[in-house]
Amino acid sequence: MNAKQDVASRESTGVEKTARERAPVLIPAVDIFEDAQQITVQAEMPGVSRDTLNVQADRNELLIEGDMQIEMPTGMAALYADLQTTKYRRTFVLSGELETERIEATLKDGLLTVRIPKLVAFRTRKIKVNVP
Amino acid sequence: MFENLFGGFETDLFDQFRRLESEMGQLFGHSPWPSGIRAVQRGTFPPINVGATPERVDVYLFAAGLDPKKIDVSIQQNLLSLSGSRKIEANENAEYYRRERYDGDFRRVITLPEDVDPERVEAKYRDGVLQISIKRREAARPRQITVS
Repeated sequence: MNAKQDVASRESTGVEKTARERAPVLIPAVDIFEDAQQITVQAEMPGVSRDTLNVQADRNELLIEGDMQIEMPTGMAALYADLQTTKYRRTFVLSGELETERIEATLKDGLLTVRIPKLVAFRTRKIKVNVP
Repeated sequence: MFENLFGGFETDLFDQFRRLESEMGQLFGHSPWPSGIRAVQRGTFPPINVGATPERVDVYLFAAGLDPKKIDVSIQQNLLSLSGSRKIEANENAEYYRRERYDGDFRRVITLPEDVDPERVEAKYRDGVLQISIKRREAARPRQITVS
């Protein structure tokens, strides 16, 4: 259920399953883009608040997960449900040139933005061409 | 507490639908569930859940990063339409690896139970979820009858 992919790759590396991930989860839709300084991941997790969000990174992997908390009257029954679970989870494989200790995350209106800076040595520099 | 709204209900029935869906999906190239006439293809933006109690019907629209003022909610009898647009500003200097977030106009129409009162509707937006609560008419509620 949980597709794992390289954060800077267009190809999916396939589906991996662990015991923990077997429960159905929502896979948040993401935009991933890279500029000279960093890679940014924007993930849609409506219903997730700061308290129920978990963003974790080690050297190789970025995990984002959250639990939707929405206000519901007691005794409610579903008439229609596009979403059939409240848990979000998605993981991405990171690569070595990223500075995982300095990852920043912000959450606003259910939109999570994670910024992963690149190590200074890997930042794109503009090279000025001198014409003699 | 969320089981009621998120499909913990009638699990066996759901499984049957699922099985049917995958069989039918192979046959027709699209999924017949949910079966309402205004039902949309799975993965349509934004996803919607509808829950009901005897007093009210609640519609939840899951749309992160939306300006709630730009969502047009209208109700006519028991037909609720939700439309709006979400523009995602692309970062011009960046290279994109994934673009899964929906960008553009959307519109969804939902048939609600017939006893909803279009005059008593409340809407609020929090954490990327738009919740619309519509009261039901008194007469339609189940009434306790005392046996004397």
